[in-house]
Amino acid sequence: MDAGATKPTRSFRIETAGRSSRAAAAAAGVILLVLVLLPAVAGRNMIQDLIFLFYMLALAQCWNLLAGYAGLISVGQQAFVGLGGYLLFALTLLGGVNPLLAIPVVGLVCALFALPTALIVFRLRGAYFAIGTWVVAEIYRLAFAQFKTLGGGTGTSLAPSVTSSVPGIEWVKTMLDMRAPAARDVISYWVALALMAGTLAFVYLVLRSRRGLALGAIRDNEAAAAGLGVDIYRIKLAVYVATAAATGMVGALIYLQKARISPDAAFSVLDWTAYVIFIVVIGGIGTMEGPVIGAILFYLMEHYLADFGASYLILLGTLGILVMLFAPRGLWGLVAERYGLTLFPMRRRLVVCGSETISPEA
Amino acid sequence: MTGWLDALIQGVLLGGLYALFAAGLSLMFGVMRLVNLAHGDLIVLAAFVILVAAERLGLDPFVAVLVALPVLFVIGFALQHVLLNRTLGRDLLPPLLVTFGLSIIIQNGLLQIFSADSQRLRAGAIETASIPLGGGIAVGVVPLLTLLSAVAVIVFLNLVFYRTPIGRAFRATSDDLEVAQLMGIDHRRIFAIAMGIAFVVIAIAALYLGMRANFDPTIGPARLLYAFEAVIIGGLGSFWGTLAGGIVLGLAQTIGARIDPEWQILAGHLAFLLVLVVRPRGLFPRALD
Amino acid sequence: MTLLQTRNLTAFYGDFQALYGIDTTLDAGETITIIGANGAGKSTFLKAIAGLIRGPADSVRLDGQPIGARAAADIVKLGVALVPEGRRLFPSLTVEENLLIGCYGRKMSGPWTLDRVYALFPILRERRSSAPPTLSGGQQQMAAIGRALMSNPRILLCDEISLGLAPIIIADIYSALPQIKAEGTSVVLVEQDIVQAMKVADRVYCFQEGRLSLEGRPAELTREQIHRAYFGS
Repeated sequence: MDAGATKPTRSFRIETAGRSSRAAAAAAGVILLVLVLLPAVAGRNMIQDLIFLFYMLALAQCWNLLAGYAGLISVGQQAFVGLGGYLLFALTLLGGVNPLLAIPVVGLVCALFALPTALIVFRLRGAYFAIGTWVVAEIYRLAFAQFKTLGGGTGTSLAPSVTSSVPGIEWVKTMLDMRAPAARDVISYWVALALMAGTLAFVYLVLRSRRGLALGAIRDNEAAAAGLGVDIYRIKLAVYVATAAATGMVGALIYLQKARISPDAAFSVLDWTAYVIFIVVIGGIGTMEGPVIGAILFYLMEHYLADFGASYLILLGTLGILVMLFAPRGLWGLVAERYGLTLFPMRRRLVVCGSETISPEA
Repeated sequence: MTGWLDALIQGVLLGGLYALFAAGLSLMFGVMRLVNLAHGDLIVLAAFVILVAAERLGLDPFVAVLVALPVLFVIGFALQHVLLNRTLGRDLLPPLLVTFGLSIIIQNGLLQIFSADSQRLRAGAIETASIPLGGGIAVGVVPLLTLLSAVAVIVFLNLVFYRTPIGRAFRATSDDLEVAQLMGIDHRRIFAIAMGIAFVVIAIAALYLGMRANFDPTIGPARLLYAFEAVIIGGLGSFWGTLAGGIVLGLAQTIGARIDPEWQILAGHLAFLLVLVVRPRGLFPRALD
Repeated sequence: MTLLQTRNLTAFYGDFQALYGIDTTLDAGETITIIGANGAGKSTFLKAIAGLIRGPADSVRLDGQPIGARAAADIVKLGVALVPEGRRLFPSLTVEENLLIGCYGRKMSGPWTLDRVYALFPILRERRSSAPPTLSGGQQQMAAIGRALMSNPRILLCDEISLGLAPIIIADIYSALPQIKAEGTSVVLVEQDIVQAMKVADRVYCFQEGRLSLEGRPAELTREQIHRAYFGS
């Protein structure tokens, strides 16, 4: 036998992208470009509507990561929205920090708050964990209502000196021929777009990584994942802290744009938890595409139905219950199952290629 | 000194109300492992039912609640049978989100029907009656009745759970649903009955809620949090623990209020956190699970 | 007279098929034993009869009536009681309460009363107020059997009652079987311990990977036959 005998070998490749997702990636790039350039042509109302859509989607992606993947069903994320908002006000009004610069700082501080919060709240399980997070949010709300320097129970507004110090306003004013408040909205819009895109990218990269595999395993069957050596506690802690930071930054943006804050609004269960949960559940929990669908649907509903007040909320509640009972995977779940679509490819596929190569005998 | 003594007494009496809030939640969790996020709103709903019965039939609230009890039992039975039984299973999400949705529906439904106006259950002279204990301290008759009712409810629940066949069925179903079926227990019916009983307890809680203070459709969530805190402080699996938890919460609030009236609710929440950190299983948990 | 009959009984756990078309019969007063390796489908078979796993209505017939689609709580009322694998006593109930709950679904129209069960397993009377986790494995097994008897079943299904028990305890428990049979109860035993099982059985079925691999009277079966049916070729 000569040493150079050919022996067919096979090589393997792991792929995540598929044809539909490659098309979606290209489309996403185009959409992003369009969104960035949109302020040049869109009216102020549309810009404000889109800011709302973007930050609700960012919040929804965070909650989805928390509840749909890590199994941490929190009814208290409003704690970090409010904390983020108040921190922004504190940093800018009391600390004189530039508003845009303050946002990442807010994220960091929220992460620091989230750590001890998690250590306490993680002592509870399941539905009790959920209510526990709500209690924490209430504690934050009541605590901030005591801060007279930030307006106490009635809240406070951002001083004009702060709102006009947002960088880029002059540039937008001249480039797009707008007045200062509209220009400020445009800046907020770009920040919101950046936060949303950043959150999407962050969640996507996490879920694609090895940690993401672990999260998927936890989502599917926690006990089995633990049995395979996944460090559940560590991962849940990391997810909780990371989403707290992201949620806090979104909260900072929201209240920078609103320029007015109060404890009841900043820590509202309805605005920052109920609506977010609705978006994720109706869109499709445990997938990345679901919250996108849910956010768009929610935006449309808010736009056309919010005037109906209590009836609108009854409709939302009923819809949520019906989806939970009869279509637990949400709208995206129904579509994806029918057509096998994935826009954010995460499944790993083994691609086998056979080839003849020269290889030495072992 | 009398101020502090007064705070202690008021705290214990307030604890009776919180124990009543918590007893229903404790029962639901004990039998069905259901944590009902709409619990507080159901108490408010019950208060409105009693209000309607009292106003339409010209009844004193104490009599109106007797009329409301069977109505609420049926509502609870139906709610479990038709809706909540469908959410049972290993998955955590459905019961949580369905009850959350229910909470929103109830709040807004009540808003539609009754508006956001504050309501009160009028009971006449008894509302302000009090029993003087000497030294300038007096105990309100209604708060005292609240505490006594809480004790009575817990005695009743313990009796049902530990001395009756259906109580055995409750405990067995909660232990092992599959094997309970092998005993001939129809778990869906058992859960519905348990929910009906929980609604009766909720009705009693609503009676005292409505007499003690004003209520409106939006105060539900806060009551849920108090009920929840009382259950956790007391420890899961024990009805007497729930009473203790309610009293501890009540004391924490009144003592906090004594230091600064604005701190009342915050003090309660902080006491809850403290118990969670120091004794995560509560003060009087049952040995199992 | 055929009391129980399964015909083409299949069972699934999700997508996984555990039983492939099982045909069996049980005559009144008979004791049959089901043997087979781990995972062969024996427990699944009992669960399917007891109603914990549902299927087509006529895959299981009791007295000629189709019960395959009935719920477990109904089937107990028809006189079929299961002693589940692993005993599974209710930890929140005392021993006596565990026994009492055994007849929750079916009125006590029969020989088995609390006293009668205590007579069968005297140690249970001593431990009547104890919590199940404090009992030994053998005592728990006796309580589980007693609990099933309290519903005065016509058919008693026993799932691996010898599991994890010392031989002397197993012999103790099996010595109760003749008294159970004497009251007219038909018994279906699922066992991994072939020796005990063959001693008490009128007929034996062997399962292998969800299928019937052998049936017959113990006296008529050779060791090689059983070996092959149990382990496969």
